[in-house]
Amino acid sequence: MSLLTIEGVWKNYHGHSVLRGIDLSVEAHEVVCLIGASGSGKSTLLRCVNLLETVDDGVIRLDGVDVTDVGTDADEVRKSVGIVFQAFNLFPHMTVLDNITLAPRRVHGMSRARAEEEARELLDRFGLADKAGAYPDRLSGGQQQRVAVIRALATRPRLMLLDEVTSALDPALVAEVLEIIRELKEGGMTMILTTHEMGFCREIADTVCFLDDGVLLERGTPEQIFTEPREPRTREFLRTVLDARRL
Amino acid sequence: MSEQRTWVKSERQIRRERIRRIRAVRSGTVATVSTVAFLGVLVAVVTGSPGWPRVRETFFDAEAFTRAWPDVLAGFWTNVQIFLIAEPIILVLGLLVALARNLRAPAFFPLRALAVAYTDVFRGVPTILVILLVGFGIPALGLQGAPTDEITLGVVALTLSYGAYVAEVFRAGIDSVHPSQRAAARSLGLSQGQTMRHVVLPQAWRRVVPPLLNDFVSLQKDTALVSTIGVVEALRQAQIYAASTFNYTPTLVAALLFIALTIPMARLTDHLAARSQRRRGA
Repeated sequence: MSLLTIEGVWKNYHGHSVLRGIDLSVEAHEVVCLIGASGSGKSTLLRCVNLLETVDDGVIRLDGVDVTDVGTDADEVRKSVGIVFQAFNLFPHMTVLDNITLAPRRVHGMSRARAEEEARELLDRFGLADKAGAYPDRLSGGQQQRVAVIRALATRPRLMLLDEVTSALDPALVAEVLEIIRELKEGGMTMILTTHEMGFCREIADTVCFLDDGVLLERGTPEQIFTEPREPRTREFLRTVLDARRL
Repeated sequence: MSEQRTWVKSERQIRRERIRRIRAVRSGTVATVSTVAFLGVLVAVVTGSPGWPRVRETFFDAEAFTRAWPDVLAGFWTNVQIFLIAEPIILVLGLLVALARNLRAPAFFPLRALAVAYTDVFRGVPTILVILLVGFGIPALGLQGAPTDEITLGVVALTLSYGAYVAEVFRAGIDSVHPSQRAAARSLGLSQGQTMRHVVLPQAWRRVVPPLLNDFVSLQKDTALVSTIGVVEALRQAQIYAASTFNYTPTLVAALLFIALTIPMARLTDHLAARSQRRRGA
């Protein structure tokens, strides 16, 4: 059984449909990359999975459980799904260590000692051991985003959602965040990510999905999508993006 | 052109929406029942208390209510006038003081120091003391042209006291505008003053409206404090009645009038706060 299945999901805003009948399934340990123009619905789809948005139609199942059921406790679902935002969204009034241990302690009832020990292990693993006591505004964008990934990781999610995690970073800092995502993949983490980094997408994804105006137009392996896309819209999108890169 | 799809609501969604509707009705019912029950208990506790018959006589006397109503209402008009005159003056004073505190040029140091001293003093002194000091102190000076009319003195005292609070609200609003906004304006060649006038203040203004209105709700009530220097307004009228009849119903009249004035203001504050929240896309 798939870890995540999305069936016929619709989402409307002000009479405009942002998602128009999305179907997608994600297996455990699979890395799915969503590509498409801004406004194509990639971020909305991630927000629906994390129940930050309520779907207007369709079903999302996580581990076979219908999370879009009216009676679902959103907090329960979010415990097993980690999300990282484009703008980091670290809590500015807390140290790095407190940012990371907040959810393990308050939501998962872990003791402070235990939570901090695990947080320090994670920080160590991702090369941020010396930043535990620092406040977010003392860190570079890349460091902040790595902390945000660690914070999401600290609750041991079954699924990680990464929403344009490198878009707010300057190019020199992108690499260190991509490196951490690579490590997650090696560790077998199931991930859905949206990105404009086509090269990285091609390298890391098991599956690439192209969204166009709220429709999942094409799905395939990175090889297939990037070398022989079936849909004219996909071809057009990739050409635009790759041309822009070459300038 | 991308694939065209039209949304046909699925069975599942129809079922889901029906459940949501049923839940909404259920929540509404629960809210109503619990409110009614709460009010019922409250009324029962108050009316069941041993002193209730006495209290009803002294505070809820219908006849005293109708008798006092015209005079208390007339007195209340004085409160409204004081409020309406004081409010715009306070806004101007508060803004000027806030701006004075933001002056950076060394030549303006005395002005800045004065603004700091003013806010420190008048925020520290209880409003009622300011009213007493102004109300009895200024006429005692016997200065040519100094106001002796109690209402004017009351307005002056309230303006001095509230101007200090409002100045701080403005200053907080000005400081809350991100420095990058000033940098952007200055880099376009706008002067310090133009930056304040065209970039900083318009943004600060929106943020300070809810706290300002909150201060004004408070000011509306505090107009009753000028009764201490002899202005016959709503509270004083009510007290006059109470003193001659030993019935306190007129104070209830005054209280109801004040509530009738502050509630619309409070709702307006809520509305504006909610709107700015929405604008920030929360």
